[in-house]
Amino acid sequence: MKLVEHFELGLDAPICLTWELTYACNLECAHCLSSSGRRDPRELSTEQCEAVIDELQRMQVFYVNIGGGEPTVRPDFWHLVEYAVAHDVGVKFSTNGVRLTPERARWLAASDYVDVQISLDGATAEVNDRVRGTGSYDTAITALRNLHEAGFRDAKLSVVCTRENIGQLDEFKAIADRFGATLRLTRLRPSGRGADVWDELHPLPEQQRELYDWLVANGDNVLTGDSFFHLAAFGPEDGSGALPGLNLCGAGRVVCLIDPVGDVYACPFAIHDQFLAGNVLTDGGFDNVWKTSSLFQELREPQTGGACSGCAHYDSCRGGCMAAKFFTGLPLDGPDPECVQGYGETALAGARTIPAVGQDHSRSAPSRNAPVLLTLSRRRPDAELVPPVSACAESPLAGFAPN
Amino acid sequence: MTAVSLDSAWALSPSVALRPEPFGALAYHFGNRKLTFLKRPELVAVVRALESHPDVRGALVASGVPEGQHAAYVAALSGLARTDMIRPVGQGARR
Repeated sequence: MKLVEHFELGLDAPICLTWELTYACNLECAHCLSSSGRRDPRELSTEQCEAVIDELQRMQVFYVNIGGGEPTVRPDFWHLVEYAVAHDVGVKFSTNGVRLTPERARWLAASDYVDVQISLDGATAEVNDRVRGTGSYDTAITALRNLHEAGFRDAKLSVVCTRENIGQLDEFKAIADRFGATLRLTRLRPSGRGADVWDELHPLPEQQRELYDWLVANGDNVLTGDSFFHLAAFGPEDGSGALPGLNLCGAGRVVCLIDPVGDVYACPFAIHDQFLAGNVLTDGGFDNVWKTSSLFQELREPQTGGACSGCAHYDSCRGGCMAAKFFTGLPLDGPDPECVQGYGETALAGARTIPAVGQDHSRSAPSRNAPVLLTLSRRRPDAELVPPVSACAESPLAGFAPN
Repeated sequence: MTAVSLDSAWALSPSVALRPEPFGALAYHFGNRKLTFLKRPELVAVVRALESHPDVRGALVASGVPEGQHAAYVAALSGLARTDMIRPVGQGARR
């Protein structure tokens, strides 16, 4: 049996575990996967988090990807990092950089087994701040500089690829190089608040090609978190065009997510009741959820290609991303909405129902710096052709020309 | 770097942990953070046996690897040595 087939059947413990420590966040990114903003009052306590770490150590989960929300706003965050490392659970944490002062950067540079990932979704403040909020570009760059100057080696610069930044891949690479960091590119998912902006922000078909070509040319020094396996179908039918990585959906098989209240979901992009496997507090601990949840058992069964089974590229892309399909209202055994063979567009054009929002910790009132993805429409190009409306025209339809 | 040969002594690096899995084991190096898949239970047995034998040949024999496959195992162990999963004994390896 090939290794990848073992992975499809599920492992005894996840290889890649994401743990969102809090839903609290200082930012309100338009595409936030976890709809973060406000802290959940049921958030795991310090002691409960330590118990989860103890269990991860027993299961030999060698490292966790900690995220949020903004994990560093938890007052016990640095303690939990130390606790994890002391218990053989290495930490990589994702941050927008808000707490990475020069002092903290020196502390991190002196610690082993801690990896830092700074999120930046535009190589310029203009592109980044539009989705992540005013000032967030400067915060991220300052954090990268602080880490670099403190001698922290090989931070990760993590970029969600969007319609607005695909043209900046070389610039992102240059920023990473400038700070001795490694570039990491991931896919925009229609999860959380991402569902609201996906139509507007997901890369266009020709940009998918641009991204694929760029990854093929630069991929050796760029991480992707196995994000882009749906792009493998750009390559030959034998799958030889696949990008480095496992190239399969690892949800519930080799990856999963623990959310701030201890709920376990199949993957970081699927925080929704449909993919909820159990809770570490009420279902006998994480090990028990991982091994016995009926959802995970189901995900580990052999999957059929469904509508994709007749496609020559199915072995390359494996039908793409489960979360991307689910949150765009497509059947899970059909094509990915961004299928590079074009089947996604056809599927999106058909009848579909976008699932109702799951948990939402977005702030009830946006802050001063919140991004506003509002495009002011320009004057209609054919406006000149419409007869002028006098200042005293009272009809509510004055100047209205259908089509 | 010392090459892996049938007559040299090796052991798992002190920074490496092995996690048993149905296909063999995951090997994780806490220092360089490399994750390696040991894709055969036989290879896992050999890697675990290294430290209690004076040379690679002894570990292979003790793990029941037929002589005809010794060269292939030396090649696999060489791959593990390149990422510091195993180390020559006397250079910071266990025991």
